[in-house]
Amino acid sequence: MTRLVRWWWTRPPRLPYAGRVLLAACLGTVGLLGIVASSSGQSGGTAPASPPTKRPINPGPGDLTTSFPSSPALVAQGKTLYDNGCSSCHGLALQGQRGVAPALTGVGAGPVDFYLSSGRMPLQGPRVEPMRARPVYNAEETHALIAYITHAGGGPKVAPAADPAAGDLSQGLQVFTEHCAGCHQVVGRGGLTIGAWVPDLQRATPLQIAEAVRMGPYVMPHFDSKDIDQHELNSLVRYVLWTRHPSNAGGWALYNIGPIPEGMVAWFIAVVALLIVARLIGERTEGANS
Amino acid sequence: MVGGAAVVSLISRWAHRRFERGVRYTEQRLGGAPMFKWLMRYVFPDHWSFLLGEIALYSFLVLIATGVFLAMYYVPSSALTVYHGSYVLLHGQQMSEAYESVVNICFSVPAGLLLRQTHHWAANVFIASIVLHLMRIFFTGAYRKPRDLNYYVGLTMLMLAILEGFIGYSLVDDLLSGMGLAIAYGVALSIPLIGGQLATLVWGGQFPGNSTFFARLEIVHVFLIPLTLLGLIGVHLAMIMRQHHSQFPGRGRRERNVVGTPMWPAYALRSIGLLLAVTAVLFLVGGLIQINPIWQWGPYHTYLSENGAQPDWYIGWLIGALRLMPNWELVIDGRTVIPNPFWGGVAFPLFVFGVLYAWPALERRFTRDQRRHDLLDRPRDHPTRTAIGAGFLSWVVIIFAVGATDRVYYRLGISYVGEIHFWRAGIWVLPILVFFITRSAARALSRSDARPLRGWQGAVMRRDLDGIPRVLDESAGDEPGEVTEPPVGTRPGTDG
Amino acid sequence: MNDGPKGLGLIAGLVVALRVVWRTLRGRPASSAGAAAPVTEPPRGEDPRQREIPSDRRAETWVALLLFAAAACALAFIVFYVIEQFDTQLLGLALGGAFALLAAAAIVAGKMVVPQATEVEERDELLDAAAAEEVVEMVEAGGEGISRRGLLTCATCVAGGAVVAAVATPVASLGPAAKSLHASPWRRGVRLVKDVTAEPYTADEIEIGSFYTALPEHGDPEALGAGVLLVRLPPRYIHLPVSRHGWAPHGLMAFSKICPHAGCAISLYRYPTYAPTSVAQPAFTCPCHYSTFLPGRGGEVVFGPAGRELPQLPLMVDGDGYVRAAGDFDADVGPSWWGVRRS
Repeated sequence: MTRLVRWWWTRPPRLPYAGRVLLAACLGTVGLLGIVASSSGQSGGTAPASPPTKRPINPGPGDLTTSFPSSPALVAQGKTLYDNGCSSCHGLALQGQRGVAPALTGVGAGPVDFYLSSGRMPLQGPRVEPMRARPVYNAEETHALIAYITHAGGGPKVAPAADPAAGDLSQGLQVFTEHCAGCHQVVGRGGLTIGAWVPDLQRATPLQIAEAVRMGPYVMPHFDSKDIDQHELNSLVRYVLWTRHPSNAGGWALYNIGPIPEGMVAWFIAVVALLIVARLIGERTEGANS
Repeated sequence: MVGGAAVVSLISRWAHRRFERGVRYTEQRLGGAPMFKWLMRYVFPDHWSFLLGEIALYSFLVLIATGVFLAMYYVPSSALTVYHGSYVLLHGQQMSEAYESVVNICFSVPAGLLLRQTHHWAANVFIASIVLHLMRIFFTGAYRKPRDLNYYVGLTMLMLAILEGFIGYSLVDDLLSGMGLAIAYGVALSIPLIGGQLATLVWGGQFPGNSTFFARLEIVHVFLIPLTLLGLIGVHLAMIMRQHHSQFPGRGRRERNVVGTPMWPAYALRSIGLLLAVTAVLFLVGGLIQINPIWQWGPYHTYLSENGAQPDWYIGWLIGALRLMPNWELVIDGRTVIPNPFWGGVAFPLFVFGVLYAWPALERRFTRDQRRHDLLDRPRDHPTRTAIGAGFLSWVVIIFAVGATDRVYYRLGISYVGEIHFWRAGIWVLPILVFFITRSAARALSRSDARPLRGWQGAVMRRDLDGIPRVLDESAGDEPGEVTEPPVGTRPGTDG
Repeated sequence: MNDGPKGLGLIAGLVVALRVVWRTLRGRPASSAGAAAPVTEPPRGEDPRQREIPSDRRAETWVALLLFAAAACALAFIVFYVIEQFDTQLLGLALGGAFALLAAAAIVAGKMVVPQATEVEERDELLDAAAAEEVVEMVEAGGEGISRRGLLTCATCVAGGAVVAAVATPVASLGPAAKSLHASPWRRGVRLVKDVTAEPYTADEIEIGSFYTALPEHGDPEALGAGVLLVRLPPRYIHLPVSRHGWAPHGLMAFSKICPHAGCAISLYRYPTYAPTSVAQPAFTCPCHYSTFLPGRGGEVVFGPAGRELPQLPLMVDGDGYVRAAGDFDADVGPSWWGVRRS
């Protein structure tokens, strides 16, 4: 057997060298494409006809809320903006469109303010994940849209809010670690779950954080006040704001994401510095070219 | 000025007299003068790449020095306590005494954070320099007889260093390292047949272990492994000194001699300089660049975790393997014969180290070369070895890089699921490409030199039918009749 | 001094400064030992031995200056330690700087001040076949005259093996038998409570689209089987095996929080706001190696390396509306091992 293998191994090749490399590359690419192609549909298993969805949680008694200006003029302005910018997906009567966009009836002010003020809506296409971008609508236009959508679709006209100054940092760390760090990373540097990219929280405003916690945008779960009450929400928001400038007593923080940049520093700064020193101390191999 | 010069000359004469008396004092008691003379005349070849092992050694010394300090403050206890120290974010939180003691080192002990960070950076640099040293040993063929024995010692030290580093940062019981310990538990459990009992013995029960678990880890980290490493380092250095260091071919350099700088005074000073430079770099990064801010992660609880958790880089190859594996678990008749983490956490590292351990013997077999080698190869002069090494290394490095694909997805938007599926095939294809490319590059470099080895002097030999080596090219010989070692690349019938 | 880039700039500056020092020292007349090799090939067999005495007063001055600077840095460290104890950056810069300057002094001294020599030493022959044979003969001579070699060898082996086994036996005191791995704190009737406050969960407060971490009342929260994920799904989207009939009252479901792959806590949950354009199913994901489990299908694995499904805890709601376990898990929690109970 070994002799056979050795004979086959040491036979002179029939293809030229370049041909062999090309053949290997082609076979490899075909194999890879085959595997990657078969990976589609990995995000969730078989889909039933109308899968489960969730609705935002309305603010209850005792919850801190913020209200938005409203007037008939604002509602009318909102209607114009809506018809031009949102109705193609969400429908002229806010009824949604099957397979394209959900209905906006009853969502309330919180989700509308969250998606618009963070620039997540309008979306490039229905299957694109909503991500933070430069808002298309300014504050006045946003208020107009909120006024119209809550007027025409119903739902609370106030959005859940939080007061970070009233929160406790230590409680915020605990609540955040238990509910949020699994996706958002313990100091809010973002990450992923299977099925979604998870944003870092470095640019979220206290209002947006409160709105997101209560509504659960995209595939994020939501948390009502029986789970995270107003004081805990205040603490959570205060903690998230703190993560923008965490206590980095050790020096340059390397973006606070842990061992990956630390390993890079160890190799590309410390080891490289020591290699330079070694080169200074030692000699090169001598010869005609040194 | 003149007075100063007089004082200086007085001091130096006094010092000289004291030194002389000191040497006589020791000599009368120990009779060590011949040994000192041998040591001071000992010759070290000068190439800069021979200093990589020293960088590792000096990092180890920094580890011991900083580690002793840390061990005096560390409390190896998983008993719960409530934090009331100076770091506001942990106020009132329940944590283990171990974690609390490390948070205290960071915030309540003067220079504590500096020494802790220096210790952690030193561990990273220690293992990185061992890996670089191993690469130098491999690609220059320094592991060949008679140094294969020392090569095994070195590989063992690498394994111990990796284990030591992992245990070291797991002692802290923070959220990040606690997740790593859970995975280590899962990997231990996955060893077929005995894994369950083994893990129960190591942890003292089911994870997270009994009340003595951190004390056990501490004993291993502070005593058992450092002592073993010190012993192995001693053996490693003793073997080097017995065999003398290997050297690259060059002017006057033969298989049977060593050409270089004598220990005293130049080499000793340069070596001390390297020790001081290693210490300097480690303290500089230890003070200026933050590493493992455990106060930000919070204490570990079995039922908590966070996104983006990673081990230190030298364990990264294992997380890559664990993430890449498809969910195969071998179940026979209800018994889980091979749980999934076995492949990435046990089989993969065992295979890599197995190949490394077996390599000297394998190469001797395949090149049919049983001779002693004291001259090194340049990587280009042994293209197949270099190509196999590069391919194997690229296989491990790609798997290591796959361990970070979640952050690649976060930064660049390339689908994580897609990356995993791609690399499941890619880790087999890319190393083969690397092999071919490296081999042809090495061959081309080797062929393009005017002389195959810079400064090589010797004779080209061919073995005749009686097996007697005969000099082919008389004009290339050193002294008549002397048999020198031609480089592998010029010997007919062998690799080149 | 907490600014990272500032510190990095300082390191870079130090490295550059050292390099500049080195370069200026390097630009010296070609008579020194560090000169470039001659262009022509040296004649064969030339003796590489040499000894060069640099006699370089400038280099000596540099060494002295570097040493004094190192002393100043070290003193600075002592001062900083006293007055600014917790400024890690200052302390590191001072101590690291002191060592760096000392290193520079030693290296400059080692390359430019002390005599530079190249010497040749002969390597020892390692194989002394005659002596090796003598060693073997000496060892064997120790057994001269012994008649019952076989018996003694056998007895020694038996004794050695037994004593080693005996000495190794106390290792078993380190932990219990492996069957303790099946332990779980959940029994029928144990209430599910919140972390920190230990308040029990009521069925009413469990919302669809949210996830909750629950622990056993009066149990050890750190036990591997303790942490549980509690969710509610609309009942018509739940497909459980027949053996788990009734395990999800009103859509309430509980699963072990510990991933059956390698033991990390599962802390990711996705629940679509609008499923047709995002993900089809709610799912748990483990942050370590991204094993993904579908609660609606009883913890089935749909991605990642986990080799078995997530163990499910049967639930019931008592008369006061509290959520209780209706029994223990039907499989062992945590990573698999040889004897793991699979569902």
